[in-house]
Amino acid sequence: MSSDSDNETIETTSDVTPASTKASPTPEKEIELPKFEKGLADKIVEKFGTRVKVAFVKPDRVRINVGRNDVKEVAEFLRDVLNFDHAESVSGVDYPNDKEIEVVYHLGSYTDSSLSRQVLVLATRAQREENPIPGNDATKLPSLREVFYSVEFHEREIFEMFGVYFQGHPDNRRLLLPEDWADLPPLRKDFAIKGR
Amino acid sequence: MNNELPPGLALQKVDERIMTLNVGPQHPGSGHMRIIVQIDGDFIVACDPDPGYVHRGEEKMAEYRNYITNIPHLERPVIHDSCNILYPYVLGVEELLGIEVPERAKYIRVIASELNRCVYTMYWLAIYGIFLGHSTMFMWPAGDRELLIDLLEKMTGARVTHAHFVPGGVRNDLPPNFEDVCLRQVNYFEKRIKEYAAIFYDNPILIARTANTGVLSRQDAIRLGTTGSVLRASGVDYDLRKKEPYDVYDELDFQTNVLKEGDSYARSKIPWLDMMESCRIIRHALQKMPKSGSVRVKLKPNPKGKGLDSVYKRVESGRGSLGCYIVSDGKPEPYRVKLSVGSFRNLIALPYLLKGEKLGNMPAVYWSLNYWPVEADR
Repeated sequence: MSSDSDNETIETTSDVTPASTKASPTPEKEIELPKFEKGLADKIVEKFGTRVKVAFVKPDRVRINVGRNDVKEVAEFLRDVLNFDHAESVSGVDYPNDKEIEVVYHLGSYTDSSLSRQVLVLATRAQREENPIPGNDATKLPSLREVFYSVEFHEREIFEMFGVYFQGHPDNRRLLLPEDWADLPPLRKDFAIKGR
Repeated sequence: MNNELPPGLALQKVDERIMTLNVGPQHPGSGHMRIIVQIDGDFIVACDPDPGYVHRGEEKMAEYRNYITNIPHLERPVIHDSCNILYPYVLGVEELLGIEVPERAKYIRVIASELNRCVYTMYWLAIYGIFLGHSTMFMWPAGDRELLIDLLEKMTGARVTHAHFVPGGVRNDLPPNFEDVCLRQVNYFEKRIKEYAAIFYDNPILIARTANTGVLSRQDAIRLGTTGSVLRASGVDYDLRKKEPYDVYDELDFQTNVLKEGDSYARSKIPWLDMMESCRIIRHALQKMPKSGSVRVKLKPNPKGKGLDSVYKRVESGRGSLGCYIVSDGKPEPYRVKLSVGSFRNLIALPYLLKGEKLGNMPAVYWSLNYWPVEADR
């Protein structure tokens, strides 16, 4: 055990946060926006204008929020113009309070060496149903499988885990869950682990 | 018609020539998963991987536990590479909570991560050997792997499930005299794995079975988003330890191994070459590591993130890029944890590689993907 004392104790709550929130917003935004990442975000905004929203620009990470009708077009632009060539990860996040399920694509590039550190986060949201019937309700998004081949299994996983049906995906079968799973999609927030 | 079994549940004749065959989930040649193959005589015409038999809901469980208590269970998908699967999670939590890690802890992490990569690779190599009918190649790595397991046991207290990385550093400092023992074992280990060339990698029988089987072109490797040894065997130089160095990898001296062939032989050779680089990294890290100092920042109980925030961190594991996406909503428990693992990403290549291969080549192709079913299912 390290016995180095309280000097190194991190104060996450009381003292640090109020001070930093007061001080940070203006100077941090001015100083911290990394140039290259800012350039990427600007190119996307230049092309799509108000249809995309840049959620954050951090070192090596840029996040773009897109409406569900534009996601495919934006993804094609990212592939063809900005050289992102594969999806690292596709995650679903359930937001019951917003009545939406978010699908987050983390895109990377193998071919363009200037992008090798970058992960572009492309997020879109699908409508969330209170009583889901996976595949037969309004929780639908356009599939990016034609744009990024690598999302095939990821999107299948999100369909079974969140009930988001991907229109245009050639193979929307279950992947990890048992074939006879009849409960709610398990990663939705309203599916509770038994005993918890 | 109602008596018909669901597709894929039985050995059934589709027509005169094509037969559907289930390999797994209990078959030792598939691991804990099922590969549904359709064969025409001896040749595979279609393949449909069916993972999920060891799905444990790690991501769901992570939403119920706080950032610290998540550590021991998140390493379960690959217990023999447990340092590397925790690495992106720990890096992510550090970014969310704004923790600065002491220098010595960074070096210890790199050493543990590289030792663990070797432990994983040796396990995989043993399985790869036995499925090619080479039982010496099962015994040797299984035995030599113990050297490094002993080191990790000294370091962390547990043989395989280390739970050693914590946000803010590592759980314990190194035991006394660890550097000398580590150096000695790693040097011996390196000498041993070099001997594998003569018995395994230069073996004409192995080459005959694996060269030119399951060839993945560079273009397809990129298009399918494969990662790790599969990607680097197809001629793409992409290793996160070089491309996006985390902790102290940018200060260490090593190179990435790239082969151009893209066949099973190249895919099986890359992890072996990587182990020698791991030995170099460990030696260099032992030399550069600060000899004393703190190894862990003390955290408050139940640390929380600051409001709605998200972070995506990735490291190079034994099976390729391992990403962790954490969403925090300001509570002590993460709102969502997603592990994007190399096994899951490489699985997509399997149907393409098996199409047109002989059924007998299936183990050579399947295991060369460096696939670990438990990790893919999470």
